[in-house]
Amino acid sequence: MTLSRKLLPLPAMAVLISAWQISVMRSDSTILPGPWAVVLGIMELAQKGLLLKYVVASLYRVTWGYVLAALIGIPFGLLLGWYKRGEKAFNPIIQILRPISPLAWIPIAILWFGVGDGAAIYLIFLASFLPLTVTAMNAVRNIPEVNLNAGRNFGLSERQLITQILYPAVAPYLIVGLRITLGIAWLVVVAAEMIAVNSGLGFLIIDARNAGNRYDLVIAGMVLIGIIGIVLDAGMKNLEKMKSIRWGYGGN
Amino acid sequence: MAQTATTAPERAVEAAKISVRGVSKIFKRDGKEVNVLDNINLEARKGEFVCILGPSGCGKSTLLNIAGGFLKATTGSITIDGEEVNGPDPRRIFVFQERGVFPWMTVEGNIGFGLFKLPKEERRHRIAHYVKLVGLEGFEQAYPQELSGGMKQRVEVARALAVNPDVLYLDEPFGALDSITRLIMRSELLRMWEAERKTILFVTHDIEESVQLADRVVVMSTRPATIRRIVEIDIPHPRDISSPRYLELRDSIFEEIGLAHKV
Repeated sequence: MTLSRKLLPLPAMAVLISAWQISVMRSDSTILPGPWAVVLGIMELAQKGLLLKYVVASLYRVTWGYVLAALIGIPFGLLLGWYKRGEKAFNPIIQILRPISPLAWIPIAILWFGVGDGAAIYLIFLASFLPLTVTAMNAVRNIPEVNLNAGRNFGLSERQLITQILYPAVAPYLIVGLRITLGIAWLVVVAAEMIAVNSGLGFLIIDARNAGNRYDLVIAGMVLIGIIGIVLDAGMKNLEKMKSIRWGYGGN
Repeated sequence: MAQTATTAPERAVEAAKISVRGVSKIFKRDGKEVNVLDNINLEARKGEFVCILGPSGCGKSTLLNIAGGFLKATTGSITIDGEEVNGPDPRRIFVFQERGVFPWMTVEGNIGFGLFKLPKEERRHRIAHYVKLVGLEGFEQAYPQELSGGMKQRVEVARALAVNPDVLYLDEPFGALDSITRLIMRSELLRMWEAERKTILFVTHDIEESVQLADRVVVMSTRPATIRRIVEIDIPHPRDISSPRYLELRDSIFEEIGLAHKV
């Protein structure tokens, strides 16, 4: 990409921010902040030490919930994909649970874990677990039969088939699944924090509104969520550049 | 010696490398039985190049998969060196179309795939030998997605040859290649076959291909497949594909299959 293309988003952003500024100035609203007020809001949070505290609190919950889900969901999904009977047995349950928004679990999460990190982590775990299980299951199912047969033909044992064919074959799909699921987890943490805990970026948004209509802080929270989300996604995207995985994404 | 004495009677009759005896295959789909192969009897001598020729979907691939140990025959059996086929075995390697290469491995990794039991030095030596045999020097570190279809097919053939099997099964290996690459690959395959003299079962639906390559062409019928005729191709390699004998043999197969060879 040339430099001029890389800079292309900047004018678009400038237009959006100007439009925001102008519309706030032209309306007589005293509640909605302009862009500068939001910047000041972020600085105020930083000065009070809340910025770091809330960001760390949110990331802490996402990390636990997401990593636990990956550690349990991926092996579970791989097993279901490898053993057809397992898939037959569990797939209907998975399909019924899948359309239930993780947020619908909030009351139960609070009932079981109380208001606190446990409830939030549990919700993120739930939100990440099923997508990762399904990704892993489908990834195994989509391994070309010729690749498995070639492995068997060269005399691989069942264990060698798993380490030498199954793992490398599913890796690209798992990386994509992990990336998409991290996005979901990040969406869910904000919602979970609005209800189930007293810290974090989600709590910041709801608290700033309740405690005196501080909409500058509300929008500051939103901006922070967006920025951290994009950084997480960029980090995951970097994984896709690994040489042994790149084949899975088509093209050269 | 005692050993010689026991093997002598067997040697008297030239034992077939591969023998297919009374093989039938019935698939069950949606409660219906589909009869794919009907009482196939066939033999291949050691080092022989046999083409199994038939229309698409006639069951010739099924026969090859049974010989490879990936499918079970409904009745009958296939023996290799007198030993019944009971599953895949590294002594007989199945070459799929080029989609059989492992996309997550380099050319070198693919070709060395079946050599995991060898010491490192030996392994490297063999990989280098087969990279050269299939003409992929300079591409050792390339991944399959960076290669053309013909090159991927070479990788698969090299991967198969590297484990030094007695038998190669090739299932329409050049079907997905363009016609020029296909011609080149045929002469490459013959060159490798002449160098290593494996017994080859080669499935194809291309009459010209079978007459160019095989010692014998087994002409199959439509489903349920039976053997219509076995044609001996008594032309030495390299074959002149405009010689009268070539055309005669080719045309007799065209007629056998019931095609007028006019477009």
